[in-house]
Amino acid sequence: MIKGLTGGQAAAEALRQINPAVMAAYPITPQTPIIESYAQMVADHKVDTEYLAVESEHSALSAALAAQVTGVRATTATASQGLAYMYEMLPVVSGLRMPVLMNVAARALSAPINIHCDHSDVMAARDCGWLQIFAENPQEVYDLNLIGLTLAEEVSLPVMVIQDGFITSHCLEKVDLLEDEVALSFVGTRQPPYSLLEHAPTVGPVALPDSQMEAKENQSQAFSQALETYPRLCQKYHQISGRNYDWTQNAFLNEAQAVLVALGSSAGTLRYVAGKMRQENFPVGVVKATLYRPFPYEVYNHLLSPIPAVGVLDRSLAYGAEAPLYTDVKASLYEETWRPYLESFIYGLGGRDFQAKDAREIFLSLLGEVE
Amino acid sequence: MDLKSLALQPSGLAPGHRTCAGCGIPPIVRTVLRAIDGPKIVVNATGCLEVTTTIYPYSSWEVPYFHSVFGNAAASASGIDTALTFLEKKGLLPKGGKPKIIVFAGDGGTYDIGLQALSGALERGHEFLYICYDNSAYMNTGVQRSSATPKYAETTTTPLGSASIGKLEWRKPLTEIVVAHRLPYVAQASLSHLLDLATKVEEANSIRGPKFINVLQPCPTGWGFDSSQTFTLAKLAVETRFWPLYKVELIEDQLKWSITAPVANPKPVRDFLEGQSRFKHLFVPRNSQLLPELQSQVDRRWRELEQRSRSF
Repeated sequence: MIKGLTGGQAAAEALRQINPAVMAAYPITPQTPIIESYAQMVADHKVDTEYLAVESEHSALSAALAAQVTGVRATTATASQGLAYMYEMLPVVSGLRMPVLMNVAARALSAPINIHCDHSDVMAARDCGWLQIFAENPQEVYDLNLIGLTLAEEVSLPVMVIQDGFITSHCLEKVDLLEDEVALSFVGTRQPPYSLLEHAPTVGPVALPDSQMEAKENQSQAFSQALETYPRLCQKYHQISGRNYDWTQNAFLNEAQAVLVALGSSAGTLRYVAGKMRQENFPVGVVKATLYRPFPYEVYNHLLSPIPAVGVLDRSLAYGAEAPLYTDVKASLYEETWRPYLESFIYGLGGRDFQAKDAREIFLSLLGEVE
Repeated sequence: MDLKSLALQPSGLAPGHRTCAGCGIPPIVRTVLRAIDGPKIVVNATGCLEVTTTIYPYSSWEVPYFHSVFGNAAASASGIDTALTFLEKKGLLPKGGKPKIIVFAGDGGTYDIGLQALSGALERGHEFLYICYDNSAYMNTGVQRSSATPKYAETTTTPLGSASIGKLEWRKPLTEIVVAHRLPYVAQASLSHLLDLATKVEEANSIRGPKFINVLQPCPTGWGFDSSQTFTLAKLAVETRFWPLYKVELIEDQLKWSITAPVANPKPVRDFLEGQSRFKHLFVPRNSQLLPELQSQVDRRWRELEQRSRSF
């Protein structure tokens, strides 16, 4: 069924079909369309979910975590300072291996306070043990919620499904929804390994130096498992939806001389510009990083090592270091004896427009490097 | 109920935990859990109780137990309560019925870092019993002051010195702050009056909604007394009116205050203070003006409590 939905509403539609037991949320711009849409669904009894309107993001994630420990599904959504306020809970949720689904409408971190899109919030949360998947548009927000939750539960890790604040969260587009039964059958029911209701587990114990490393190593292995599980789920999802997802989503890579790698909504701009430039016989292409954590190094190595010039777009800074996505892409190419010309571009901080002319300029400058 | 039959109930907390000798926490936890029948879920804030009972791969807990961080015990209880509500509506609860949620948190996790989460959970009206074991400082991290620390107490962050006579502020009146949320049941209890504590737990447990009991927990390590004196100190706190035992019930939207352990002939507050090394500086001649100040505050607070109890 095709509906006109914003990214926020698309997340809510996926959640409606998942029908989790608990939605724990605290409002923050630009996540509000997600939780408002969902609150209305609860009010109209379109879902069985209990809506828990907590007094802070810290409590939102705490409550979602605690709810999951009873064996049910719980979800939350946030952005920016809200995600920062959750920071203490992020590694706790992943350390306890609870597959909480969290939608993030990515937004700049203060200061200066700014409500618009960049990726500084999700990048600051990058090493907290969560799966991170970036959606380009409302359709992807919907699809990746279903894929993301299934992945999270298969490997017992929490997942952030990330959409660009305002650019995607408030942008109305056509979204093709699965039938409710089809979506529900894809996500199945949660099969928790243990629950506070079935046994008398001690959840959240103290680990001393004799056991902490084992727990962390297990957690790390789950990310390797996620890397293998993800393409299988994407294939399964393709069968029911006809839509293709992969570690990356690529365009115009054939014989490309200059390729740009990006996360989120800008990939659409890049694809549009690359398409135009191809008509003018400029050999440019696009790699969209969809699954960001775990990072599929081999995939990037395979895709980018034959390309003469690669540019990496980051919508966030790593102060005193190279930008996050750039660092990952660069690392993926280390093993090669011949490596592409590689350049880092920081763009779009605090919602600064990234336009077709900017993309064209970057493509041309990269092509200039390989002439 | 009598103490003997109470003691025969399963406590949920096995022996072999690692609390200090003379710690007041285990008898509080056991008394509370013994006073509640049926399935339970214990939610715990980070602190002494958590670190001494859950060192992997061992656990002292014979009931389901959940801990995640320091400041979120009430938010955790909210999440579990909400999940239980969902399961109840769906008819998916286990056969034993809906478990009772009991939160245990220290004063740090309640008066300070957990206050926002507590206030939010109380306002939302979740179904849980919150027990604060108030040892009046951050004992687990080495006796730093909290907002529950009494005035003039020496702690490692309010040390004595040529320019310091310990903590300078009055303790936060947390029980009254909780009462201001107009819960169905709020009480103060003491380790020395276990039957009073058990009765309050039973009363609280029979009422729907959030319930709160603040229990004074003498701490030999942090207060500086011999580990044989824990119950004596708890008793002196009551007998000197330093820690009044009372309950506040919401009856027909009116708060009814009742003193549950009247103290007709109170001992001077010095009897409670002088056995504790954290107050030793109150008993040197140059500080002789401090003790009367503490005594008059205790007297004032008791009069307030009496007035509230009478006015109903």
